[in-house]
Amino acid sequence: MATLSPTQPPAPSVVRRLSAFFSKHPTLVLILLLAAPLLWLGVIYLGSLGALLLQSFYKLDDFTGLVVREFTLDTYKQLFTQSNLDIVTRTAAMASVVTLACALLAFPISFYMARYASPSGKVVFFIAVTLPLWSSYLVRVYSWKLILAKEGVVGWFINLLGLQGALDAILAVPTIGGPSLSVSMYGTFLAFVYVWLPYMIIPTYTALTRVPRSMLEASADLGARPAQTFWRVILPLAFPGVVAGSIFTFSLTLGDYIIPGILGNSAFFIGQVVLTQQGTAGNIPLAAAFTVVPMFIMFVYLFIAARLGAFEAL
Amino acid sequence: MFSRKNSPRPIASRAPFGLKILVAGVLLFLYCPFGIILLYAFTTEETAFTFPPPGLTFDWFRVALFNRPDIFPPLLLSIQVALVATTVALVLGSLIALGVSRAKFFGREAITFLVILPIALPGIITGISLRSAFGLFGIDFSFWTIVIGHATFCIVVVYNNVIARLRRTAKSQMEASADLGADSFQTFRHIVLPAIGTALLAGGMLAFALSFDEVIVTTFTAGQQTTLPIWIFSQLVRPRQRPVTNVVAVFVIAVTFIPILIAQRLTQDSND
Amino acid sequence: MNNASNSLAAVRFEHVSRHFGEVRAVDNISLEIYDGEFFSMLGPSGSGKTTCLRLIAGFEQPSSGKIYLHGAEVSGQPPYERDVNTVFQDYALFPHMTVEQNVGYGLMIKKVPTAERKKRVSDALELVRLPQMAKRRPSQLSGGQRQRIALARALVNRPRVLLLDEPLGALDLKLRQEMQVELKDIQKRVGITFVFVTHDQEEALTMSDRIAVFNAGHVEQIGTPAEIYEHPASAFVAGFVGTSNLVRSDVAQKLTGRAQMFSIRPEKIRMVEIGTPVQDGWTALEGTVREVIYLGMFTRYLVALEGGGELTVVRQNLDETSMDVLSAEGKRVQLTWQRVFDRVLETK
Repeated sequence: MATLSPTQPPAPSVVRRLSAFFSKHPTLVLILLLAAPLLWLGVIYLGSLGALLLQSFYKLDDFTGLVVREFTLDTYKQLFTQSNLDIVTRTAAMASVVTLACALLAFPISFYMARYASPSGKVVFFIAVTLPLWSSYLVRVYSWKLILAKEGVVGWFINLLGLQGALDAILAVPTIGGPSLSVSMYGTFLAFVYVWLPYMIIPTYTALTRVPRSMLEASADLGARPAQTFWRVILPLAFPGVVAGSIFTFSLTLGDYIIPGILGNSAFFIGQVVLTQQGTAGNIPLAAAFTVVPMFIMFVYLFIAARLGAFEAL
Repeated sequence: MFSRKNSPRPIASRAPFGLKILVAGVLLFLYCPFGIILLYAFTTEETAFTFPPPGLTFDWFRVALFNRPDIFPPLLLSIQVALVATTVALVLGSLIALGVSRAKFFGREAITFLVILPIALPGIITGISLRSAFGLFGIDFSFWTIVIGHATFCIVVVYNNVIARLRRTAKSQMEASADLGADSFQTFRHIVLPAIGTALLAGGMLAFALSFDEVIVTTFTAGQQTTLPIWIFSQLVRPRQRPVTNVVAVFVIAVTFIPILIAQRLTQDSND
Repeated sequence: MNNASNSLAAVRFEHVSRHFGEVRAVDNISLEIYDGEFFSMLGPSGSGKTTCLRLIAGFEQPSSGKIYLHGAEVSGQPPYERDVNTVFQDYALFPHMTVEQNVGYGLMIKKVPTAERKKRVSDALELVRLPQMAKRRPSQLSGGQRQRIALARALVNRPRVLLLDEPLGALDLKLRQEMQVELKDIQKRVGITFVFVTHDQEEALTMSDRIAVFNAGHVEQIGTPAEIYEHPASAFVAGFVGTSNLVRSDVAQKLTGRAQMFSIRPEKIRMVEIGTPVQDGWTALEGTVREVIYLGMFTRYLVALEGGGELTVVRQNLDETSMDVLSAEGKRVQLTWQRVFDRVLETK
């Protein structure tokens, strides 16, 4: 039954034939699309992570100051000394407290945005919250140096209110205090909360907007008081969003070295050790081994977060 | 027990006063630092930042522009890096988005995860990893080592924007185009590209802002080179002419705010 | 009207299957759609009718079997090489183009000269009675207008087969009924084959020359609306097209003495006083009106039969008021119908 269709195009062009070839081989198209980006991320990025892991199994020769490229666990032994473990604990504790504070601050504003703001108000709020996130991180940290310095804004207000005594008492607390707010753990903490807060607000807000109004009405209809609705309906549904946000606040705090450098007392955080070890000390193996710690913590964290449904809330 | 009628309570449409206060407080917390930066760009003090400033002057803008030639090479480098890194991220990010949106395939989740990883893991990990890879393979620090670091974490921004748009673009539109006689290339040019155009622009602007401002990864991949954020970082410990740093910071804020606001605009317009 | 006398079918399926993993969306279907007819594919969602349409369009390729368009095998051919066009369920208008650009898209792709393109676009807009909308964007149109533009965009290419994927589904009832008449009218004027997918049996009965009833990836029956309605080939067809009283074989045994499942349409049953004499060739049963559903134009009665089972009876409200019909509840009645209207169904 060989019949010619009257509208058959005379001779398909090269482009057409290529297109037809592609439409018959969707897998080939997929490979062509993904080859370059996967090479980049898979080879350059994952390869570098691999290189990092590899380096952590090398060690620095103390006499020559050169990296000895053979497998050894010596660097990890060095990592598990008391002073280094203190640094890890300090960093993880700071990350936890910062995450908690971010969650507490983010919830009310996210709730307000999702629940009470008008549609155009939502847009304005969303931009207002994300704008600091994209704008200069360094500048924002630096601004806290200005705010918290002895002669800065906060100091001025404290003087005005006659609270100098209280401030001195707070700063006198060992390990977290310091000569001024800008040279203490308080400063570090405040700056961390400040810079990572938008990372917490956005997923919390997203999770809250996914709670339909009818669900709140259903809860009320079934006799729940607003507080009960909040605790039993809103909060459980928003929780994955909070966990998603905590991935960022926790992870970013673990690896940061700028904030403790600018605003901390002399107590070291993981990031600072990595920086000094790879820089001035030239001990890349130890820097690498130190980086494996937050990486490991984050993988455990991501695993738990996935279990809690945080990835759907991202 | 049936006597008490359990009538549905009306759901308040106005926020409680306490909540409004909290929201205002958080917004103040988010924006007050920008005000401080701006304020101290005009202070007459050169070495300390007392509050309130003893006097105000425009002089530091003049100093930054004419007396501090050390500002401009880092600025130029940052712009060049951001432009190149953004271009790379645009290409790679949209390629992944196009691939991932095409079909469900084995390993799709892994790819999404891989794209997010560079920003989900602390920047220091990306930085030190690249640093050790460069060390391992004997690659010297250069313009390109900075670009590689920046492009890696910028990909996700472009990807997120493009994939969100592709998800909102009904698959039937591409089918309709094929149905009306367009081959894959024509469909890409006439339907897909216009659909993702503003998303590409928005993603590109965000990537630019992200790269222009990045310091953590850059520290590890720049070697002796100075980008603008690294310059700012170095200025923080210098005692002289401190308000000049603020002037540069105000400039950086402006340079990042403008593309971000435009990007928000672009993604907003097509949401309806 | 159109019949198999036409030498070549517009569309022919030969043992076509389309599997998605374990799911057999289309399972060994063979059918022919004649040139110039209005052919409907009717069935519940997931019955395979839309997949069949997508197979014709070329968006899907068959897992096995062959598809012919006007005698030429098209398996493996991409959509853009097929001389068919589609009206999509969501219309799939391009949001970044004006109505004019949307309608002219296919012609632009085929590099039709501008003057001719303009002429054909305005003709097509004329055909769907929306010539004044040329410069608008799809977002500025109502649902009904979008639907017409989607139709114009497909028809302007003068395809030999037009595929319509539930195009009226999103419209409200009034508009849908108007469009049904208009679509049929357009089809008669342009004279091309329409393949129309719908889950609305009334729509299919209204517009089609022939209907294929789909169920679970199979075609249950192909025929004219009258054939489908009056001679349903299976219990599924009897139930899906119109309403039917399905009488299971064990109940039938008690009622009529024949142990064969049959269907009887509710409008064929008469409800009369107990003791009314029964004519020859009529079945008569007694029962009690269990429920009366007043529907304005007519009333539906559910009658519980003495011998077990229940029949639905529909009666036009010719002389009765709503008060009259509602008072029938609980009354004992006699149901009679001509035996010729019994449709004995094969038990599977």
